[in-house]
Amino acid sequence: MNDASAAAAAGHGRLALPTLFRPWAWRLSAGAAPYVLLAPAMLVLAGVLLYPLASLLALSFQHYGLRQLIAHSGEWVGLDNYTTVLRDGFFWKVVLRSTAFAAVNVALTMVVGTLMALLLERVHRPVRVLLTAGLVLVWATPVVVAVDLWQWMFDFEFGVMNWLLTHLGIGNYIHHNWFANPLEGFAVITVVVVWGALPFVVITLSAGLSQVPRDLIEAAEVDGANPLHVFWFVVAPILRPVFVILATLSTIWDFKVFDQVWIMLNQRPAADYFLLGIYSFSESFRVTQYGLGAALAVILVLLLAIATSGYVRHYLGRLEGEGA
Amino acid sequence: MRVRELRRVAWDGLALAVFLLMIFPIYWMVSTAFKPGREILTLNPVWIPLRPTLDNFAGAIAQPFFWNDVVNSALIVSATVVIAIALAFLAALAVARFRFRGRAAVLAMVIGVQMVPLSALVIPIFLFWDSLELVDTLLAVVLTYLAFVLPFVIWTLRGFIVNVPVEMEEQAMTDGCSRTGAFFRIVFPLVAPGLVATAVYAFIQAWNEYLIAYVLLRSGAHQTVTVWLASFTTSHGTDWGGLMAGATLTGLPVVIFFLALQRYIASGLTAGAVKG
Repeated sequence: MNDASAAAAAGHGRLALPTLFRPWAWRLSAGAAPYVLLAPAMLVLAGVLLYPLASLLALSFQHYGLRQLIAHSGEWVGLDNYTTVLRDGFFWKVVLRSTAFAAVNVALTMVVGTLMALLLERVHRPVRVLLTAGLVLVWATPVVVAVDLWQWMFDFEFGVMNWLLTHLGIGNYIHHNWFANPLEGFAVITVVVVWGALPFVVITLSAGLSQVPRDLIEAAEVDGANPLHVFWFVVAPILRPVFVILATLSTIWDFKVFDQVWIMLNQRPAADYFLLGIYSFSESFRVTQYGLGAALAVILVLLLAIATSGYVRHYLGRLEGEGA
Repeated sequence: MRVRELRRVAWDGLALAVFLLMIFPIYWMVSTAFKPGREILTLNPVWIPLRPTLDNFAGAIAQPFFWNDVVNSALIVSATVVIAIALAFLAALAVARFRFRGRAAVLAMVIGVQMVPLSALVIPIFLFWDSLELVDTLLAVVLTYLAFVLPFVIWTLRGFIVNVPVEMEEQAMTDGCSRTGAFFRIVFPLVAPGLVATAVYAFIQAWNEYLIAYVLLRSGAHQTVTVWLASFTTSHGTDWGGLMAGATLTGLPVVIFFLALQRYIASGLTAGAVKG
């Protein structure tokens, strides 16, 4: 085949070899094999991911209420859902809230995670092993379990947090209801999210830290750099790619937070607790306005795409580098 | 030298404090699960269960649908893991070992779809299964989970396969192995850690998932453990002991799996995802 010989000429030795040994078998497999191997996985992805994605987009241009649900077909209304949403002051409040929530959570996760990774580097081995084991245990805890246990920790009547805060002299928290004020409620949710996210960030960062050449750090110290300078001018630039990946992943996770809010508020969050994911969900499944909910979901996906475009470009760039 | 060692001991102390802070919520969950009611509902916390009891566990297990939902979770998870690994392995092989038209598009899609949040797709996914009248079936949930774990598993396994030098396969083939034989004798053993790591990943994703199961599985007997656990609080007043026992039971399989295979997960996921 021309393809095979051209590839061989281009230096793809791996393709040339089978041609030498079994020309007929090769001719058949070269064309069809990759597609046959890919087909089952692609079929599932197309059916359960790409098709719903396309129908989400279609749905966002339709009126789709209870009657349409029963009839299994929506009514086209053009951009109505989007104009309704974008004109609604509440929507902008939710966008702002989601953005602020994600920003605070990503920042906290990254800063505390970096400090913990740096700490992990400075301790004796047994302590490091112990702390890592603890982190793995937290990492392995399912989100639903984590939410339930923090709910108990922050229970207004018998929660251990209220007792601790009161007895540490921080204030009078006896019978303090953390969810009466959304700002405090979100503080609790932030604790749950950051606590759950830290292990992955710390373990990944400390793997990255161990790759930083020691002599580079020592040279900087000899030159009189203080630890802050060493971190800022020597360590941080080397870890930059890891920081970018972790910050992007955290942005995705924290922007689309759903379970933590939903379960923490016993599956009935008040409007004050709506983040974009919750808003879209309750607009669809509670208010049965699937079209409006879909428009909100599309906006969520678009905002995420903008926030993470750098990361995707990074990966695509790598693929091109590979000659794909 | 002395100062340096002292400073290190101080760091040790700080790290121990961080360890206690991180681990305390889990300790508190497990210890509450073993406490009798009097030690749970008290204004002054009882730090260590004084009269440990298994009553809370018995109560959680006796809740409606507990065993049903455990069996459902087990079925869904095992089906998802086995099918995901099989399909992803074949797909990873295709993108790692063959150059073909559309390869870049496949890889771009695999990365791209990982950015789409589940909570955004839950609406069309529900309507899709609803139109096929497959809502409230385990099949719908398994297929949905497959779609969500496949991209990551394909991407990770691809990294592992790429890292096995083709020369090794070729060597085996010149020594008389068929292409398939060379593959199973040479590549497969080297990719095994990646298979373990991705299997654990799929296991954890499927076991922990809440939203899809919550939306697709309507009846109590068809739900999964996470949905069962999340609805534990609906009765008036929370039975904290029972809830913590239920939470402990729900978390246990994941923790055991995770700790047993920890070595593979940390090295496997990073190696597969970052290299290549």
